[in-house]
Amino acid sequence: MYVPASNWFIAVSLVLALILNFLPLQGDILIFRPDFVAIVIAYWNINHPHKMGMSAAFGMGLLMDVGNTGILGQHTLAYCVIIYLTLIFGRRLRLFNSMQQAPQIGLILLIMQIVIILVAISGGSALPDGQYFFATVTGTLLWAPGSFLLTMLLRQKPDPDAL
Amino acid sequence: METAPQFFRHGPGPFARLFVFALLSCLLIVGDTRFKYFPQLRQAIGVVIFPLQQIAYIPASIHDQVEEFIASFNLLEENIQLRQIYLENREQLLKLASLEAENIHLRNLLGAVQQIETKTRTKAVLAEILYTPRDPFNHKITLNKGGQHHIQLGQAVIDDKGIVGQVTQLYPWSSEVTLLTDRDHSVPVQVVRNSLRSVVSGTGKNDQLELRYLSVNTDIQQGDQLVTSGIGGVYPPGIPVATVLRIERDPTGDFAQIISTPVAGVDRNRQVLILSLVQPESRDALEMPKIESGKN
Repeated sequence: MYVPASNWFIAVSLVLALILNFLPLQGDILIFRPDFVAIVIAYWNINHPHKMGMSAAFGMGLLMDVGNTGILGQHTLAYCVIIYLTLIFGRRLRLFNSMQQAPQIGLILLIMQIVIILVAISGGSALPDGQYFFATVTGTLLWAPGSFLLTMLLRQKPDPDAL
Repeated sequence: METAPQFFRHGPGPFARLFVFALLSCLLIVGDTRFKYFPQLRQAIGVVIFPLQQIAYIPASIHDQVEEFIASFNLLEENIQLRQIYLENREQLLKLASLEAENIHLRNLLGAVQQIETKTRTKAVLAEILYTPRDPFNHKITLNKGGQHHIQLGQAVIDDKGIVGQVTQLYPWSSEVTLLTDRDHSVPVQVVRNSLRSVVSGTGKNDQLELRYLSVNTDIQQGDQLVTSGIGGVYPPGIPVATVLRIERDPTGDFAQIISTPVAGVDRNRQVLILSLVQPESRDALEMPKIESGKN
């Protein structure tokens, strides 16, 4: 069931994900906030490969790094790794439905977080505690509803040549 | 981004592309952490993402407005409460004024330069927190006031209880504040009880600060209040920083391990104050007393 996605739709979804990432949350909710941008990037690259190249992911990573007040290059590397992994495993992942995809996406998100941690450690930070990985759990749980939502929104867009 | 859908995909394979971009990222990482090469790039991207941060702040501001609206129902009670607090504070302020006058008088008698007046004079700007990072690596927050609001690098940021941090990166409309708890951040402090001077440093944990290099037999107790000493000229003197939580005196080591907790809600606030000191005068004032004390 392939529905073509316009570049505009992809760009808007990425910007929305970035805004979700920038929500001014504080305290305990912050632990559970998944990386929406990573999820959206993974979605597009699995379901519409080569629509979103690695350079776009790199750009998103730069925006995220500055917004996150972190080391420049931390999220760029992480998002490029996501693109790489989803390019390699995308064809295999597309065989499953989104519920079955979720644990595998969880693994990809975990690898992304490990990349982020490695970069942070190279900058001199200490190892984070286990709470840090809650974001991967919530990201995994969010995968099925998130991809369902994106697919639905894509289908809803009526193409003008239909009638 | 590859725009035209091609029947056969050309160009380098996934691993080659990852390699190139990973190399680019590594260059960025090394350049940023070791050499601080990219302040302009950061500035430019900061301007680009500012509207997004503004949009992301809309839900929070709506939440604030709804809360204000609900709070407006018991405005009368709150007014009475605030009036009481005001009166209590007023009394202390009056005391402070008389103490300040007395202090200046005593200083005049001693022939010392009036440095307190210039050093404690501050201006405050109210700012709202736009963003707190998710990961435990950066203890930084982004505020919605920046260079356009005459904020400068190095200004102290406080809340109603004490020091929160220091402005370390400036964008036109926003600024980054490094919190007390950041690993690379230190504040010159003084123990209120016996005016022992030291430097308190962040540990990278959310509620822990560390007093380093104090010898095992240092006179410091659990529950001691630490306030800024004003040395260094970044923070105005006398603002609460932390309370000593626990002390481990290991007789075999050279230094006592002293852990304290920040007084201010470093990770809880929505609004903070950015203080600006009157810098150039205070530097002169700091220079002068040395000569004076030599004469005495």
